[in-house]
Amino acid sequence: MPAATSGQTIGPFWHLIEHPEWADLTRFGAAGERVTLTGSVIDGDGNPVTDAAVELWQADPPADDRFPAFGRCRTDERGEFHFTTLKPGPVPGRGNAQQAPHFAITVHARGLLKGLVTRAYFADDARNETDSLLSSIEDPKRRGTLIAQPDGSKRWRIDIRLQRGPKGETETVFLDV
Amino acid sequence: MESARDPVPFRPYQPGTQPPYDAAAYGSTHKRHPLENLIRLPHAITETTGPQFSPAHFPPIRDLSVLNGKAALGERIIVHGRITDEDSRPVPHTIVEIWQANASGRYQHPGDQHDAPLDPNFRGEGRVFTDDDGWYRFTSIKPGAYPWRNHYNAWRPNHIHLSFFGSGFAQRLITQMYFPGDPLLELDPIFLSIPDEAARNRLICKLDISVTEPESALGYRFDIVLRGRGATPMEG
Repeated sequence: MPAATSGQTIGPFWHLIEHPEWADLTRFGAAGERVTLTGSVIDGDGNPVTDAAVELWQADPPADDRFPAFGRCRTDERGEFHFTTLKPGPVPGRGNAQQAPHFAITVHARGLLKGLVTRAYFADDARNETDSLLSSIEDPKRRGTLIAQPDGSKRWRIDIRLQRGPKGETETVFLDV
Repeated sequence: MESARDPVPFRPYQPGTQPPYDAAAYGSTHKRHPLENLIRLPHAITETTGPQFSPAHFPPIRDLSVLNGKAALGERIIVHGRITDEDSRPVPHTIVEIWQANASGRYQHPGDQHDAPLDPNFRGEGRVFTDDDGWYRFTSIKPGAYPWRNHYNAWRPNHIHLSFFGSGFAQRLITQMYFPGDPLLELDPIFLSIPDEAARNRLICKLDISVTEPESALGYRFDIVLRGRGATPMEG
């Protein structure tokens, strides 16, 4: 059986394939509850990661010609990314479980030889309590790194710490997929 | 509890074929790699489905060697290959994103301050789709080697960046294609970060005289294998 091809870093110059409009998943006219997701990517020294590509995938509402369900955004000089999209609904998990609504997020950057995969759930959603991934993380601080917080009406915020911070700030939970 | 309706997961990567997050010789990894263990996530619909790009919304850029009708400087090349999964099934109609430095080893990017000339006729972005049988093809120029600041007198080997999506988010692959016979490869911490030597060497394309165009462009073959969907159970 041939093995899957090896990954390599996206490097610092990936912006050659950047199209800023990709950060707006509603640009083709999709209908639904519009929300924004903003956050910073931060390294182990507490410094902003200013050259990352943050990719977002959501399985619901279903992707169609008007809703790509995928977005990509650069981090800026403050390490911030900003997506405009539709709020996802719950999606099936394994077995008969439902997963709480979430975005799948991958961070690619110089210094990452392969992408780091994480998620953003929504604070105060009762379905988080029964989500199999969230329930499997015992440490509430670590679990909290996967939960976006409200930042105004229909605005959500989540920071992504690639590594435990210099003052012991909690590292984001990353997933082995 | 598992159910027969569960989506078929992608198989784990074969040992040694993927680089680690923490690669001591590649300085930029030091403050960007997780210290905690990753949490294993059994694949469900979020991981087994992925974006599908339509050429109508994302128009192809098949020839990087010409801009506004003017030829870029450098050695013109044709790169082609086939994208399959680990079960040798072709991956049709999938997007391939391409970016690279110019023939002098300089990116058309404000962050690249290497003292080498920009080429007004070269931007360095491409985008193609595979055909019904998984084949892709683009035309470009051979990128130059360039220095970087990882260590004293560090130089990246000639390479082209490539990005693949496949059919599921867990199949996402970003990699670099290298050229045969490049003596910088054995000095490059990024290339050498892949533990398995055979896997590493599969990132080196091969001269392909069958697609080389006489009096015009050298042809290279670069095949890609994406993760297979597995009956192999994930390790518990």
